[in-house]
Amino acid sequence: MDRVKLTIDGRAVEVPAGTTIYKAAKELGIDIPILCYMDLKDLNIENKPGGCRICVVEVEGRGNLASSCSTNVAAGMVVKTNSMRVINARRTVMELILSDHPKDCLSCAKSGNCDLQDMAVKLGIREIPGQEYAEMSTYRLDTSPSIIRELDKCIMCRRCETMCNDFQTVGALHAVNRGFESVVAPAFEMNLEHSPCTYCGQCVAVCPTGALTEVDHTSKVISALNDPTKTVVVQTAPAVRAALGEEFGMEPGTRVTGQMVSALRQLGFDYVFDTDFAADLTIMEEGTELLGRLTRFMEGDEEVKLPILTSCCPGWVNFFEYNYPEMKEIPSTARSPQQMFGSIAKSYFAEMIEVDRKDMVVISIMPCLAKKYECQREEFSVDGNPDVDYSITTRELAHLIKQANLDLAKLDSDDFDAPLGESSGAGVIFAATGGVIEAATRTAYEIYTGKVLEKVDFEQLRGMEGIRSAKVDFDGQEINIGIAHGLGNARKLLDDVKAGKSQYHAIEIMACPGGCIGGGGQPLHHGDASILKARARAIYAEDRDKPIRKSHENPYIKKLYEEFLGEPMSEKAHELLHTHYFDKRKKIFQV
Amino acid sequence: MSSVKIELRQDQIEKIDSICESFGNQEGELINVLHKSQETFGYLPAEVQEVISEKMEIPAAKVYGVVTFYSFFSMIPKGEFPVSICTGTACYVRGAETVLNEFKKQLEIEVGETSTDGKFSLSCLRCVGACGLAPVVTVGDKTYGRVAPDDVKEIISEYLK
Repeated sequence: MDRVKLTIDGRAVEVPAGTTIYKAAKELGIDIPILCYMDLKDLNIENKPGGCRICVVEVEGRGNLASSCSTNVAAGMVVKTNSMRVINARRTVMELILSDHPKDCLSCAKSGNCDLQDMAVKLGIREIPGQEYAEMSTYRLDTSPSIIRELDKCIMCRRCETMCNDFQTVGALHAVNRGFESVVAPAFEMNLEHSPCTYCGQCVAVCPTGALTEVDHTSKVISALNDPTKTVVVQTAPAVRAALGEEFGMEPGTRVTGQMVSALRQLGFDYVFDTDFAADLTIMEEGTELLGRLTRFMEGDEEVKLPILTSCCPGWVNFFEYNYPEMKEIPSTARSPQQMFGSIAKSYFAEMIEVDRKDMVVISIMPCLAKKYECQREEFSVDGNPDVDYSITTRELAHLIKQANLDLAKLDSDDFDAPLGESSGAGVIFAATGGVIEAATRTAYEIYTGKVLEKVDFEQLRGMEGIRSAKVDFDGQEINIGIAHGLGNARKLLDDVKAGKSQYHAIEIMACPGGCIGGGGQPLHHGDASILKARARAIYAEDRDKPIRKSHENPYIKKLYEEFLGEPMSEKAHELLHTHYFDKRKKIFQV
Repeated sequence: MSSVKIELRQDQIEKIDSICESFGNQEGELINVLHKSQETFGYLPAEVQEVISEKMEIPAAKVYGVVTFYSFFSMIPKGEFPVSICTGTACYVRGAETVLNEFKKQLEIEVGETSTDGKFSLSCLRCVGACGLAPVVTVGDKTYGRVAPDDVKEIISEYLK
């Protein structure tokens, strides 16, 4: 490829033709401020509307200033990123953006974690001229089970639109209206609840302001913890332990499992359990279902539905209920680990400790916003009492810990409670893309072949590629596995299945980039996708260090089947651990 | 954008389908499909946009985004005599806003609305290419130039006969 020489701030640099000024400056270590621009390199996601004009630079010989994120370099170009003219323009742009932005920073959910606020600090904004006559937007507040849209705070960067349309192909959000009225909204400006939104939360994960935030349940958790009549049980999703530390200034990828358990205990939870236990349980049920369908297929049963699709991810479940309702018989009927946990906690465990399910509150800590919606689904409750009462995100847990005057880094390591806190390494890797299918493979292999698996690490199933495929040898029987993360990638695999072209026996799908580690409820990555890789490394390290690495070897899982469930896919297991899906396509727009 | 709730008949759905097909269901033809649909129905209610979205496999949010971006498209039925006031730069500086306000007052409707008797609707547009006549008002196919607020009553009365 041709290379181009240019000068930026008096320093020479040579970059491939077609590089933007912004990226060329980065080569020199010059960080041009950006607001709407977003580059998630590892995920091939780039948002480049060139709309906010914060990244403008001066190009010698050019009349106007150029937006560096969307202007390519040219040979001999002389660029200034910090001249008086540039700095003045940048400040004016910022003042204009802020002129109609609400000034409630102190009480904003994004305060302290807001790209817009950081930019105001960086540019040294001390006053916002024209406040006395600036017209303020008065868009209505939209609250859904998972996400709150407060569009007065939208700066039209359109990052959310890029995630929702290009990466997820969900198409719930789009820029609508014109001029001052323009916002990013669902069709006909309906509420999110009446759109194809899956609650994956990737819009929230990239929003640079407080326009998109999660529904906060921390006060409900505090109330439950302070209610002496309630037994409060907490479960923590695998991905949380690989990211929570970031909220306390630790390096991405720092494992904080033990400190997290300590913190939860100090917060006053009566039982600190692990969703990983339920992940092991999921493998028992989903793995058995997979083997059942496979065996019938091998025996020539033409009725059997293959490939089997994983069903742990509630964003993905919402996606196929809306987009592929005609295929709702294909996904595994196994409930997600969050829901399996709730169901077992409020039956098996409640009986064990002799507590009525109405006096038990189950809280889940999830990297996810769709989990908030999932636990409110009617089918996951008994007589109106939900199996999981509240689901809070990794970020909300960090707030709870900080409010309790605890510093995660200074806490001693502690262990989960028994019996629902014990898990295998297979349960841990649910957090990363490919992890569920790897965990299932470890167990299915041993049950199918009757042999002991010597090497439990299936490297071919790991990685960050959006779509991956691998063959696993089940003692002479080749199993074809497909993996997708990101709903746009999932759609490609699903379209093949729909067209009858899919060669896979099993497909794992996760809605978020990197799997749950990149979930919409995780600490914000602020556009740095390398953070996701660090979290994945932490998850696989956690798995390696576990004494037990296969779900079916978890002694508490064995005990649960012996004492309570019987065997996988038993009638009781069906009642408590399985579900069915709905056709949601016709449900939207009908208000 | 405000809208009117309607139920489409089967033959209307088929009509929209055939419009989409005439443009090869190509995403890039969305604006043309919307033009043709508005020509057919007189306006673009949500129900029509939904059918277009489904047929062309374009998210409804995007279809709506395009409809609300261009002032030419409307989600409510236009009046028998659609009144448009140009608020492009030239017309604006020569007093389009005062003319617009007079129309609002006389017709008792806001921009984007249709009078209760269905006779008049009011919209703004950006430049009709007759800047020399600024400020410009169009009623249906007829163009009025150098309109002053005092002229508004007379213009309206032309259509009340």
